Amino acid sequence: MIQGIPIQCFLIVSTIMFFIGICGFIIRHNLITILMSVELILNSVNINFLVFNKYLFPHQLQGHFFAMIVVAIAASEAAVAIALFINMYRKFNNIEVENINEMKY
Amino acid sequence: MIDYTYTVWIPLIPLFMFLILGLLGMKMKGSLAGIIGSSGLFITTVLSYITAYLYFFKTGEVDGTYQTITAFNTEWLNFTDTLRIHMGVMLDPISVMMLVVVSTVSLMIHIYSLGYMKGEKGFQRFYAFLSFFTFSMLGLVIATNIFQMYIGFELVGISSYILIGFYYEKPPAVAASKKAFIVTRFADLGFLIGILIISFYTKTFDFDKLISSDGSIFSGMNTASFMGVSAITWALLLIFMGCAGKSAMFPFHIWLPDAMEGPTPVSALIHAATMVVAGVYLVARMFIVFHFQVPGALIVVAYIGAFTSLIAAIVACTQFDIKRILAYSTLSQIGYMILALGVSGYGGEEGVGYMASMFHLFTHAMFKALLFLIAGSVIHAVHTNDLREMGNLRKYMPVTFITFVVALLAISGIPPFSGFWSKDEILAAALEHNKLIFYSSVFVAGLTAFYMSRLFFSVFFGKKPHYEHKPQESPLTMTIPLMFLAAVSIFAGFIPFSRFVTTDGKAFETTLNYMIAVPSVLIALIGIGIAYFLYFKESNVPDKISSSLGIFYKTALNKFYFDEMWLFVTKKIIFNLISNPIAWFDRHIVDGAMNGVAWVIEKSSYKIKGLQSGQLQQYAFVFISGSVILVLCFIYWLN
Amino acid sequence: MELNQIMFFLLAGLILIFSLLTITSRMILRAAIYLLIVLVATSGLYFMLNFEFIAAIQLTLYAGGIVVLIIFSILLTSHISHKFEQPAVANAFAGILTGILGCGVALWSIMKFPFTPTTQPALEVNMKQIGMHLLNTGNYGYALPFEVISVLLLAAMIAAIVIAKKGN
Repeated sequence: MIQGIPIQCFLIVSTIMFFIGICGFIIRHNLITILMSVELILNSVNINFLVFNKYLFPHQLQGHFFAMIVVAIAASEAAVAIALFINMYRKFNNIEVENINEMKY
Repeated sequence: MIDYTYTVWIPLIPLFMFLILGLLGMKMKGSLAGIIGSSGLFITTVLSYITAYLYFFKTGEVDGTYQTITAFNTEWLNFTDTLRIHMGVMLDPISVMMLVVVSTVSLMIHIYSLGYMKGEKGFQRFYAFLSFFTFSMLGLVIATNIFQMYIGFELVGISSYILIGFYYEKPPAVAASKKAFIVTRFADLGFLIGILIISFYTKTFDFDKLISSDGSIFSGMNTASFMGVSAITWALLLIFMGCAGKSAMFPFHIWLPDAMEGPTPVSALIHAATMVVAGVYLVARMFIVFHFQVPGALIVVAYIGAFTSLIAAIVACTQFDIKRILAYSTLSQIGYMILALGVSGYGGEEGVGYMASMFHLFTHAMFKALLFLIAGSVIHAVHTNDLREMGNLRKYMPVTFITFVVALLAISGIPPFSGFWSKDEILAAALEHNKLIFYSSVFVAGLTAFYMSRLFFSVFFGKKPHYEHKPQESPLTMTIPLMFLAAVSIFAGFIPFSRFVTTDGKAFETTLNYMIAVPSVLIALIGIGIAYFLYFKESNVPDKISSSLGIFYKTALNKFYFDEMWLFVTKKIIFNLISNPIAWFDRHIVDGAMNGVAWVIEKSSYKIKGLQSGQLQQYAFVFISGSVILVLCFIYWLN
Repeated sequence: MELNQIMFFLLAGLILIFSLLTITSRMILRAAIYLLIVLVATSGLYFMLNFEFIAAIQLTLYAGGIVVLIIFSILLTSHISHKFEQPAVANAFAGILTGILGCGVALWSIMKFPFTPTTQPALEVNMKQIGMHLLNTGNYGYALPFEVISVLLLAAMIAAIVIAKKGN
């Protein structure tokens, strides 16, 4: 419990960051910027978990460990995604998201 | 009382022969198939003779009247209380007589074909279908109810189609078989409608009930009427339409000359002796109904018969193909039978027309089959059908020559051969009732003598053409039937038919009326004489006569353009006005609806497939917005 | 206004402004740097919440690992000085609309919800506690997720190597 700051303030911040990340995901062209938007989303979620842990359930550490696990997963996911982008760059010579439409009709 | 149920085997034996030869025929040699078919038919013939002997001489007659015996009747289809269709055997003077005719002629044809069709491809198929045809015809003849007779009609139509189109690789044969089938089938449509009308009002199909002299079951039909003509008249005229189709009366006669494309034994069996008389037989069977309910229909029958015999005789004088001449001769003689039925009365002496028609049917079957078999024998020897390429054959084929003389005299009506007696009775019946028909029949008798003698002199006398192979007399299997049928043609005239076959079953005496006999013989001799002058030696008098007749000759040579008229009616009127609109409707509206449904589905799927764009961001957008909407739903609707 | 609040507003402002700049910047390297600043500010927020360990992990992994990785890949795969074209208008419109709508819904429900804190005594979060919980196999122990995460990291390593390998 932090003095003077109600829980809603933290939650407003994380919510806005989350939706900024979603907008970025839909708007951007370059795959790496899309990956950066995804990192924004994951970070906002992390803030949410830790805030709930601190304010609502201070006798447990579940939010804490979940946030840790989310960080680990985000890291591994970013690594695999970059590997895929490198592969794609070899084929198309640029990383535009329109090029990866093999699953279309 | 003799148990007649064995008669059910008479039609069934040829049916079994058909099944055996049809299924196993290709595994056996041709001659074996022929022997099996012929022996089956021999048994049937023997059974028919036994039945005839027992019926006419032993048990049939009760108190001077021949009884109608139902030997066998089993229920086949049972739809409602009143609509039942039976299958059975009915013995009656005319049906027993027809049994004898059909089985005898068929047996002769079977034996003849052993020689004629020898070595042909499809020999086994031929015998299988001959047996099938015999089964159908016998089934028709012994029918106990009108529906069984209709089934027999259809089956003989099918057999005729198959047998005419036997040489299925020749386009003219295929066209002729289609024409025969379509014309007779179309006429059978009228027959079926007539059956339905009659059975609707009388609630029965059985001949027992329809042919009793008491006409009470027809009482409902006289009041019901359509377009001013009563229902019973419509029914009987439509039934007569079926007869006209099967027996090749005007205007359905167009199929019979073309049917000569089939092998000659087929022409002899089907188109001379048996199938074409099915129509005559039907009118004879329904004669009581015709006479008592609608006498006006009999007048129509008589005039159509007379007209057909006249035009057929005129056309026969101009043809050059010997089988065509015989085909037109058949049309003419069947016209005689039909007109005899038309001018007949009922009961005793009045019914002489009926008796004469049946008598002529009997004798005509014999000598016309003989004539066709002779034609086949000649064609087999000379390998051509055309009259102008034959001549002087009497030196090469003596047996054929003598049997032709017998047949010629029979058909011309020279005593004491059988044709004289039966034709005489027909002329007697015509004289009493209708003078116009009498005079036309006498004229046709003269024409008959003329064109048959023309054929005779051109083929067996005349110039000596160049033959590639020297013609030889036919083998014994072909000449034995000729001799048998010639013998029957000589002696059949002496059978006292009026004792056996009459309108009401009672016998009556017939005497020779010299007023009729002498003129008919004279006119026949005049016909033979004219033909002798024109054709005995080589001369160009016939050509001069035909060119001087000009337009009449040309019209007769082209068969009075009836084929062209029918073609016009079907192509310009029926196809254009009825078939084409219906076909358009089917193609564009019915099919169009189906195609329209498919088109709509195709177009909409084309639009929907844009959803699968492969674009990552579109998928993410859909995902997020869907979740937001779901959340809104949960908050507001479901609370 | 207490120092807490001033720190909070500063850090929150940094986060929001720089995340907006990340997604709208036209040059990729600048976007990466803005992301770095966002991550550092988030780590600051964690420090405020007294979660030092997580804050340290955030700085180490995210700011020191992932952003470096991203910058490497930017250098490998694109031309840094290129300006790229405007996003498609339909895409932008749809994205912004969704974002605003969703944000509105979420904020509205956050404001409406009564958050009731528990009455149990708070736990002191220090390394000893974290360690005890992390490797605990009994109740409230996180040994299993720990092992699973290690397997996942191994798999991700192998996958990354295999995918990015050159050659057929």
